[in-house]
Amino acid sequence: MRTIWYEETLIAMIRIEIDGQAVDVERDTTILQAARQLAIDIPALCHHAAVKPYSACRICTVEVIRRGRSQLTASCSYPIREEIQVLTNSERVIHARRVLMELLLAQCPESKDIRDLAHRLGVENTRFRTRGEGSNCILCGLCVRVCRDVIGVSAISFVNRGWKREVKTPFDAPSEVCIACRACAHVCPTGAIQAEDISGNRMLSFWQTSRELQACASCGRPFAPGAEVQHLTRGRDDLRESLGICPQCRRTETGGRLERWTTSAQSRAIKDHGTP
Amino acid sequence: MESEELQGIIDHYAGEKGALISVLQDLQGVCNYLPEPALRQVSDALHVPLSQVYSVASFYNAFSLKPRGRHHICVCLGTACHVRGAPRVLQEMERQLGIRAGDTTEDMNFTLESVNCVGACALGPVVVADGGYSGQMTARKVSPLLKTLGTSHEENQNDS
Repeated sequence: MRTIWYEETLIAMIRIEIDGQAVDVERDTTILQAARQLAIDIPALCHHAAVKPYSACRICTVEVIRRGRSQLTASCSYPIREEIQVLTNSERVIHARRVLMELLLAQCPESKDIRDLAHRLGVENTRFRTRGEGSNCILCGLCVRVCRDVIGVSAISFVNRGWKREVKTPFDAPSEVCIACRACAHVCPTGAIQAEDISGNRMLSFWQTSRELQACASCGRPFAPGAEVQHLTRGRDDLRESLGICPQCRRTETGGRLERWTTSAQSRAIKDHGTP
Repeated sequence: MESEELQGIIDHYAGEKGALISVLQDLQGVCNYLPEPALRQVSDALHVPLSQVYSVASFYNAFSLKPRGRHHICVCLGTACHVRGAPRVLQEMERQLGIRAGDTTEDMNFTLESVNCVGACALGPVVVADGGYSGQMTARKVSPLLKTLGTSHEENQNDS
């Protein structure tokens, strides 16, 4: 293994090659991360920088040549530990990705995001039996992981097994713990989860859950679910005031404070030096 | 099941990492299924999110979220059993019990399920009834089997 020792940092770098371009990366960098450093585009659905790789969708499949042997692997979870060669666009990769795409198309034929990605990969139809009407969920688990690992609420999880697998709230009932932060909707790669603010409530119909929006302490407009504000200010009394007002009022207030500060600084300068 | 009894099960595994499945197995053993209030108690006591408890409880075939009958009948529909006529055995079971696979009779006496291979292909078609294996099953052998199960149940009731 060739490692390059950078004198200032003393970090072992590993030189790899992606589509013929050489790049030095730290040990345990994933192939996906390294490729993005080189601005090489690898499609991915279940990957999000905020959570650990999960390798569920396999769309980020690449060909890795290691010690003369080639294998297909999910690039989002492959830690680089030795000199390897990566092909992100070989015939094998393209073929594998297209089959995966056909499977995803069969699972949610109505999803625009899936259709668009399929189109990008040159897939228009699927030879597999399509699932009838249903949600656009591809079971990538991003919502489950974000809710558990980033938000720390764990309101949802995978239930059942095999072809009956779904993402649901416990007992398929409206969630008791969801704070309606809509992080799940934000990361959902297919738009299966949607959040809507209607008449003072935030609705997450995918979870059959809704939470009342709290009114801004300054302008009185409903702006965020009370449950979310409470969750964010748990044990943080110092945040209670600033998070109790809507982003717009917060900006206005900050602006006002800045203005007062500059005006007083100016008047102080005039008093001290006679000029602003 | 009383919550104290469940607390006893939980305390038995106190402090063990990954106690969830063991607790659920014991709970399933006692109640024959996993009642919702019990799952909530398990979640609270083990500090495992309810969503995770529900995820595990719904994942494994050994757990049931619906009440199960006193007698549990599993008809194997694995490849070997299938080609030797297991579907006919299952059909006969469904006819005699008046329920579909996966359901429980109204008197809570029998739960009928199908599985994909119990690993006793040489005996196929296999039916596992209350843990006992019956090999080379035919539709004609269904009635005597149900009768034996029914009587053993009555005996148990007379005993107690």
